[in-house]
Amino acid sequence: MTTPVPNNVVYDRPEGFTETPTHYCPGCTHGVAHRLVAETLEEMNLIPRTIGVAPVGCAVFAYNYFDTDFVEAPHGRAPAMATGMKRVLPERIVFTYQGDGDLASIGMGEIVHAAARGENITVIFINNANYGMTGGQMAPTTLPGMKTTSSPNGRDVETQGYPIRVAEMLATLDGVGYCVRRSLHDPKNIRLAKKAVRLAFETQVRGLGFSLVELLSTCPTNWGITPVQSLKFVEEHMLPAYPLGDYKVTPSVATIKI
Amino acid sequence: MPKELWKGNEAIAEAAVRAGLQAYFGYPITPQTEILEYLSRRMPELVRAFVQAESELGAINMVYGAACAGARVMSSSSSPGMSLMMEGISYIAGTEVPAVLVNVMRGGPGLGNIAPSQSDYNQAVHGGGHGDYPRIVLAPATVQEAIDLMGLSFDLAEKYRMICMLILDGNVGQIMEPAEMPEMQPVANRNFDWATNGAVDRPRRILSSIYINPPDEEATNFRLAKRWLEVQANEVRYREYFLDDAEFVIVGFGTAGRVALSAVRAARAQGIRVGLLRPITVSPFPFQVIDELAVRARVFLVAEMNMGQMYNDVRIAVRGRVPVEFYGRTGGIVPFPDEILAEIHRIAAGRLAAEADPRGAWLARMEAAR
Repeated sequence: MTTPVPNNVVYDRPEGFTETPTHYCPGCTHGVAHRLVAETLEEMNLIPRTIGVAPVGCAVFAYNYFDTDFVEAPHGRAPAMATGMKRVLPERIVFTYQGDGDLASIGMGEIVHAAARGENITVIFINNANYGMTGGQMAPTTLPGMKTTSSPNGRDVETQGYPIRVAEMLATLDGVGYCVRRSLHDPKNIRLAKKAVRLAFETQVRGLGFSLVELLSTCPTNWGITPVQSLKFVEEHMLPAYPLGDYKVTPSVATIKI
Repeated sequence: MPKELWKGNEAIAEAAVRAGLQAYFGYPITPQTEILEYLSRRMPELVRAFVQAESELGAINMVYGAACAGARVMSSSSSPGMSLMMEGISYIAGTEVPAVLVNVMRGGPGLGNIAPSQSDYNQAVHGGGHGDYPRIVLAPATVQEAIDLMGLSFDLAEKYRMICMLILDGNVGQIMEPAEMPEMQPVANRNFDWATNGAVDRPRRILSSIYINPPDEEATNFRLAKRWLEVQANEVRYREYFLDDAEFVIVGFGTAGRVALSAVRAARAQGIRVGLLRPITVSPFPFQVIDELAVRARVFLVAEMNMGQMYNDVRIAVRGRVPVEFYGRTGGIVPFPDEILAEIHRIAAGRLAAEADPRGAWLARMEAAR
């Protein structure tokens, strides 16, 4: 018996995905971010050439979902692992997928220097303002006053410091070819995010330097609000703290037509 | 090839290049920096990968990435830098990918100093990263031996999908002596059937050290242990000197072993029946040969440039059958042959420590002599 093929498919699993259901919580935007990467790899015919580097954090099992070769890095070290792979396999496409605890806290050294060296890799950076996997602790990206399990009275900037704006910071480095921030809180922004993910991989394919897309994401489980409220939270509270924008697009990247 | 005058660190760097090294990732630290400096010139001229990393954390994870890609890859460091690499070493071991590391050991703990030491024996052989994992550790005593073991280390790492570490005391890294280089080997595409190098015309592969289901992790630990039994059966290496009729057996590795050899020769000239066992693989440790020597020797003396780390392994092999004495210099000090010779005279005269662990008596003698 054959599966009936609908004659008007408008939405399907991209080729870049395996058939494994994800473990992400309902309403979490990791699934959306994954999909944008998988669609991009399919559109650019990169699936067999690509090697992904998974982080430690909620996306630790990302290697189960993408239909490419994958490795699993120690916490924060994905950019260093990606450097090692790309230097010995320069014709391959190497990307890391990292959260804010992984990239902006424990892995800050690795990401800054991979960017400074202009490593020709692509980084998908998920900013959901907390440590998701370990149950919602304060991250470097947690908003001032935001309650987490390790800032129970709200992040007090006097003692716990201020949020780190990764896209703005990395954009100051000369090795960076493409560095932008997008959001996943509504369809329009998801479409813009998709275009940015595509441009980031185009940057790598053309050898134009380090590329990073920061994606503002939701964490309904640890934020303690519904998925719909979480999308609203991104719009009302994350966007003012983390303005969307193109922080670095080198002239050669700007000429890419997609 | 003719003999040339080589500095230890530069010699192992060139030996690695000639063994087909495809990528080097490192960070400056004395007394190993010449390896990094040498390869910063040599690798680019051969169009091979070289990166001076932002830290040893960065370097070891670059090694991890390149190892997953199936490349012949190495890093080098010295004691404090090796401590930083331990996280990555555990991951590499858990992922079962081959990598070669060199530790040119210096005085510790902490920042310590930059003088020669062997005080990372335990870290290299027994400890270091978290979790149960075996690793091969080679301890050359001369520049020539370091050159020869460098090439071997890649073969062993790849054969057993395991970390292979060379531990050199700073002396072997810094000394200059005549040595012969091997022929240049071409860089080979080994096409390992486990490497994550892009799923072109094959099913995709995943490399990780994560086994979220405890029975899977236990199976992994069993698999690593089984492979280690194979290494123990096949890869033990050591050098014996004057052991055939020896009543007294010195055990020492690296520079301590080399210094002890001078003392043994001097003692032999005085008619003392003493011999030397110099382990070359300190992991797998030559338990078997010590076990056999313990049947006929009267006393063992372990000489090290630390507080008695390999000493414990010798004791395990001797199993209490004969006394095992200890002499060490530490903090970056290399013993003179005369010091070991005095120890040989002491044990030959039967002046042994009264306690089961002779290190207390040794410490008291050292303090009295200061």
